[in-house]
Parts: sequence; C-alpha cells; structure tokens
Amino acid sequence: MAVGPQAPLPLRVRFGVPIAVGAGFLAIWWLAVAASETVIFPSPLQVAEGALQLAREGTLWEHIGASLFRVASGFLLAMAVGIPLGLLMGWKAIAHTALNPVVQVLRPISPIAWIPIAILWFGVGDVAPIFLIFLSAVFPTVVQTAAGVHTIEPQYLRAARNFGITRSRLFLHVVIPAVLPQIIVGMRVSLGISWLVVVAAEMVTLRSGLGYMIIDARNAGNRYDLVVAGMVIIGISGLLLDLGMRRLESVKAVRWRYAR
Amino acid sequence: MPDKIRVAGVTRSFARNGGTMRVVDGVDFSVGEGEFVALVGPSGCGKTTLLNIMAGFTQPDSGEVVIDGAPVTGPSPNRIVISQQGSVFPWLTVRRNLMFGLRDHPADAAVLADHYAGVVGLAGFEQSYPHELSGGMLRRVELARALVVKPEILYMDEPFAALDALTSLQIRGELQRILDKERHTCVLITHDVEEAIHLADRVLVLSRRPAAIQAAFEVRIARPRDLASPEVAQLKRAILRELGL
Repeated sequence: MAVGPQAPLPLRVRFGVPIAVGAGFLAIWWLAVAASETVIFPSPLQVAEGALQLAREGTLWEHIGASLFRVASGFLLAMAVGIPLGLLMGWKAIAHTALNPVVQVLRPISPIAWIPIAILWFGVGDVAPIFLIFLSAVFPTVVQTAAGVHTIEPQYLRAARNFGITRSRLFLHVVIPAVLPQIIVGMRVSLGISWLVVVAAEMVTLRSGLGYMIIDARNAGNRYDLVVAGMVIIGISGLLLDLGMRRLESVKAVRWRYAR
Repeated sequence: MPDKIRVAGVTRSFARNGGTMRVVDGVDFSVGEGEFVALVGPSGCGKTTLLNIMAGFTQPDSGEVVIDGAPVTGPSPNRIVISQQGSVFPWLTVRRNLMFGLRDHPADAAVLADHYAGVVGLAGFEQSYPHELSGGMLRRVELARALVVKPEILYMDEPFAALDALTSLQIRGELQRILDKERHTCVLITHDVEEAIHLADRVLVLSRRPAAIQAAFEVRIARPRDLASPEVAQLKRAILRELGL
C-alpha cells in the first residue's frame, strides 16, 4: 500500500472544525451585511427570525409537505418505470439497441426545459411538477441500472449456470441482487436531482411548495429574510433526504459493493 | 478403474488480431471414476480453456468430451467448477450461498448447507456475509457450495492461487480429507507442481500454447503426503524438467 488511508480524526476535530467553519461563514455574512449597511439583504439573525415566523404560522410545514409530496410521487413513479426498464435494457441486447438512442437524447435535456410543455399538458396543478420530477429521475435510473447489469462479474453468472438454475431464477436471484447496490446509487443521484427540480418547477408553476414560498416572499414585499430562510430549509431538507437514502446502503445484502 | 471422463481429440481456436490462435491442440486423456488428475502447464497455455470445454462452458472446434458415455453439451450441476476468481455470491450469507444449488429440495437444504459449512471448517459463520470473511474462508465457502450439491466431478481451476502459502497448504489438506470420504472425480488445473503432487493420483504436463499433453506422471505416494519427502522432491524435479525448468 503506497498511500494508506489516514487515521480517523479525533472526535473534537471532527465536530469542532466544521462548527468553526460554519461559524466563520455566518460571521463573514453578518459582517458583510453590517459593513454594507444594506437594507434589503438579511443578516443571519433576520433569516432565523423569518424561519421561526413561518414555522409558527404553519405555512412552512404546508410548503415543505407540498414539495415532499411532489418529489415522492415523481420519484417513486420514476423508480417504478426506470428500474424495470434499466434491467430490461441491461439484460436484453435488443432492448438496449432499440431504446438506448432515445434515452441518450432525452437524458441531457434539463427538466427545466420541459416546464413550458409540462404546463401545456398538465396545467399548473400538482401533475406538472410530478411529471418534471419523473423526467429528471427516470433517465439517471435507467442508465445506472442498465450499466449495473452490464458490469455484473461474469463469474457469478457462470457459477449460477453451473448450478443449473433456470433463466428466470438467474434473473431473480443473481442479476437483481448483483445490480441492487448500483440501483441504490442511482436512486440517491435521482432523488438529489428531483429535489433540485421541484423547487425550480414550483417557482414558475404553483401556489404552494418551497419554490413558490421563495418567489412569493420576494414578490410580496421583498422579504429577502424569508427568501434566504427558504433556501436554507431547502438545503437542510435535501440533506435529510440524502441521509435517508444513504441508510439503504448499509443494508447487509448490498454492503459488499460499498465496503472495502 | 472405469473411465469417468474421456477427452478425445479436443481442439479449440480463438479469433485474435484478425487471425485465429489455436489454444488447445488435440488433447486426449481419460480420468477414472474417483481419480484425481492434475493438469500442470505454463500460464497462458490454454489450461483454462480446456477445463471450460470439459465443464461445458465452451464448445470445442473438434473432438469431444464424454462423461459416463454421453458427450458434454453444456454445464451441469453434476460437475461443478471452482474457479480462480471465486464466485461466492456477495449478496448472500454463507448459508444462503450453500443453499443456492439446492433449490429443488428446500426441506433439508439449510441442514445440508450447515453440515457442509461444518465440513470445510466454517461452523459458526453460516450467517456471515462474504465481505466479512478472509480469502481463505471464501475458498472454503466456494468448496462447500460445490460439495453440497454432491457433484460427481469437481473441476478446480487454480483454486488456491490467490492464497498465501500457509492457507493454501491448510485448505489442500482439508480437501484431501474430504475427498477421502466423498470420492469425487477431480480435475485440478494448476501451475504449482507441488500442489499437483500433493493432491493428484496422476499429473499430466501440458505443453506451451497450444496446449497438448506432453507427459504423464503417476503419483504413487501414500496419503497424507509429506511434501518434504525425497519421493516428492524427486517427482517434482522430473515434472519441472518436463516443463523446461
């Protein structure tokens, strides 16, 4: 081993340093607001007060709930379509040949570019953002799942054939568990993108959700304290979603791929 | 000893760089019922291709492999390959790995699996996942998973190559002890002459690519074999000389 992994940092460093960096960031923000004597850009304290006010009024939870509902619906729909499609494209060469060009052309189109079409088709209700979330989550899932099938170590398939199992059992008991870790990675990536997209979609289309909350706070009297509070809440919610997904990676049947 | 496996005139070429490269060239030999034959040859000589043909994973261009009088057309659970890379399923526990080939008899599968886990010295690790085990233990899982389906033939392709010398020696000793009881017909592919002498009844020396049988040595040394004995040393010298060393 030329470059070994570093020894784990002591506890006070692991917690102390990030806290110090965070405090430093807040201090710079505060000093910048104070020095520039801006009346429109909020200080950290004003942001915290704004967030508290929203939480007390109860609208904050409605907005968070609305955004989460849209992300969950679009994301689950994307998994329900993307995982089987990815498995099919990975397992059957003809499916890959047929579908891969379409997937590769649609994949790089930002979901934001779909917003006009989403409004045209679905209006400004809940369906349009769910459709956009679906689009943003489905392609990474398909690509990651298909790539996972293609990179299954051949010795596993060989051993399974050696034991004389049928093709359907091979698929169920070897292919799917072998790809599962990569599917989970794909899900994490997709969920992250979904969260980015829902906020953007709500800014232009809807009357609820965190994205709407931000735009509304600006339009209704330049409440930049609420704008920044909304941003912070989006960041924290996204982090919590990602932490939740990470927990899936610690399931023992998929740990082999991430361990080492 | 009746013939269990008969390899007759097996030849195989692969397309390479626009031409074809002959990898196995007219190999003929037989393996008796319950016999242990080791194939020794330089690396890259086509040994693995030959074993793949014997297992049914690869078809020969000409010639055939006949087992119990019937030509081999594909892989079968009656002849399990233990390969160099290792193929223990990392998403299953040791017990589930051993039960993998037993899906037709689920009633006593777990009991049988645990029995063979014990046979290879893995008692207490039935619920462990492969990534929690050492390299030597993984080889034991692989061996037990093959034994549990009671195959008539075990094909081993450099099964101990990735292990340290001590672990390799230890597992070889245990394999010997298991084979004394279960009497599988075995074909071992190796580049380790000492390993071949340790385990085999007969050592066949393969030539450089394309592989052909160059010489055969009967190993008439009582088991368990003492690798430090003069007979072993003498046989090893003779085989190494045949390999051009």
